[in-house]
Amino acid sequence: MKRNLVLVLPLIALLGAGCSSTRNAASTESAPATTVESKAAATADTGAVASAGVVGDDASADVGLPPELVNKRVIYFAFDSSEVRAEDRALVAAHARFLAGRSNVAVRLEGHTDQRGTREYNIGLGERRAQAVRAALGLQGVSDGQISTVSYGEERPAAAADDEESMAMNRRVELVYGKR
Amino acid sequence: MIDWKQIGLLAIALFASAAAQAQLRIDITSGVTDPVPIAIVPFVGAAVDVAEVVQADLVRSGRFKALARDRQPGAPTRAADVVAANWRAAGTDYVLVGRVVQVMDGAVAVDFELVNVLNGQRLLLERLIARSGAIRNAAHQVADRVYEKILGVKSAFATRIAYVSVDGAPPTQRFQLIVADADGENSRVILESKFPLMSPAWSPDGESLAYVSFETRRAAIYVQRVRTAERQRVSERPGVNGAPSWSPDGRKLALTLSSASGNLDVYVLDLDSRQYTRVTDDAGIDTEPVWSPDGTTIYFTSDRAGGPQIYRQRFGTAERAQRVTFSGSYNARPRVAADGLSLALVTREGSAYRVAVQDLRNGALRVLSSGREDESPAFSPDGGTLIFAGRERGRGVLATVSVDGLVLQRLKADRGDVRDPSWGPFSP
Repeated sequence: MKRNLVLVLPLIALLGAGCSSTRNAASTESAPATTVESKAAATADTGAVASAGVVGDDASADVGLPPELVNKRVIYFAFDSSEVRAEDRALVAAHARFLAGRSNVAVRLEGHTDQRGTREYNIGLGERRAQAVRAALGLQGVSDGQISTVSYGEERPAAAADDEESMAMNRRVELVYGKR
Repeated sequence: MIDWKQIGLLAIALFASAAAQAQLRIDITSGVTDPVPIAIVPFVGAAVDVAEVVQADLVRSGRFKALARDRQPGAPTRAADVVAANWRAAGTDYVLVGRVVQVMDGAVAVDFELVNVLNGQRLLLERLIARSGAIRNAAHQVADRVYEKILGVKSAFATRIAYVSVDGAPPTQRFQLIVADADGENSRVILESKFPLMSPAWSPDGESLAYVSFETRRAAIYVQRVRTAERQRVSERPGVNGAPSWSPDGRKLALTLSSASGNLDVYVLDLDSRQYTRVTDDAGIDTEPVWSPDGTTIYFTSDRAGGPQIYRQRFGTAERAQRVTFSGSYNARPRVAADGLSLALVTREGSAYRVAVQDLRNGALRVLSSGREDESPAFSPDGGTLIFAGRERGRGVLATVSVDGLVLQRLKADRGDVRDPSWGPFSP
């Protein structure tokens, strides 16, 4: 393990979130409330490091999600399946009821898979799961403009271990609320 | 038409305390039964132990065994000083000797000679010029020259790899994109993020990496110049932006996008015009595209037939995609060898995911790995080796296997998970 001098220099970073700067310099055009992880690493030569990452939180509290739903924002799936299970239909309906009356509330459906299979194909499977929840919400009156989807495939597991139980926790769609 | 957003991230080298990256260590897990015996005599004149680097490369290939230094009957630095009989008696067939000399400010010459001590013939007499800071790379080139001379096939010791390293436990994992020499040394973090990074792909000229990053909370494809950290976001369509693959001329990326209904399809992005051309239009998941070396054909994964299989489509024609894999229920993530004659892929055997090579001429599939979750194969530029990702005792590791299946190595990080390797090209 290399230990090097700590030399603090300003790292100039440009945030990705929605800004459209074409300069090579720092820009703070993006949302001021976000923080940037701007850590660089030791390098053997003069090579340079880029740093990325915007931290943003689920805003369930901000949109007034009822407490009984705040801790129930995950829908799980069987292996190789993107079908919303019967046992989850009531939960999906409850979220739909919350959303249907509130056009200023948006939900991002984040689709995930377990670690089996190839990574980019799993992005596709995660997207299928997010779309299945989207369709279920849509059928219950949520307007399409309130819903967005993103797939993380197997890249953001909830549980790190290789056993069946952990893998089952990873096959999921998370509902992330925010203001529209 | 997508707006090209330039994200300038100035290249400032900072020094941070504690190791910020996972150093790879390589173990050989199996080699050929009859390795070639060679003696590599320490080179005089350099701060870097050139002979040690050469020896490590050759031995790690699994096809050579090296005479230990304490059993070497002398320390010649020129072929003329090699007494063949002594070396034969010590049990070696070849002797490599050399010297490193300063030739000008900041540059050295690495002079080396290879002798066959069975017949006394000198096989190589060469000089490599290198910057003083790049002697290790010169040593890898020496290893390539020796390997090629003795075995008659090219090696790729003087190349680089890129991979993703992940540290920590969910939900606070840290992701790094790392570039290293093919032996795992000289690793350098070129990007760090709190959000997933995946699918690094070397440009054909070795100057850039394309990759997927979720740093804006959505997938987007970036191209980053390795030496300067300068990067651009080249694809940020709504939905999926995934699986970038460079065309052989370096001017296009095949990639994956999704429709409004979340259906994934393969497209080609022209990096000059920023125009997308659609390649697949199909209700299944179509993804993981890769170009053939002649730039005419795109191979990709599609589950249009129910489960993932590999298909090919001639780019720029209206020809229908043709299915390429027929054995088993899961074949995905193709990569094409440099000679265009075989495909590396992930195949499922029972419940295990393994790396395999399919001969494109006759369809024969050979499984080369034996783990349960092997994936992400990438060919070395000479086509003789595959690097891939696997899991061992709960951790992500990298491994290499020769395409004849005989030589296996494991590259393990001293901490964290490593995954998603990409093998860089030969230096121009």
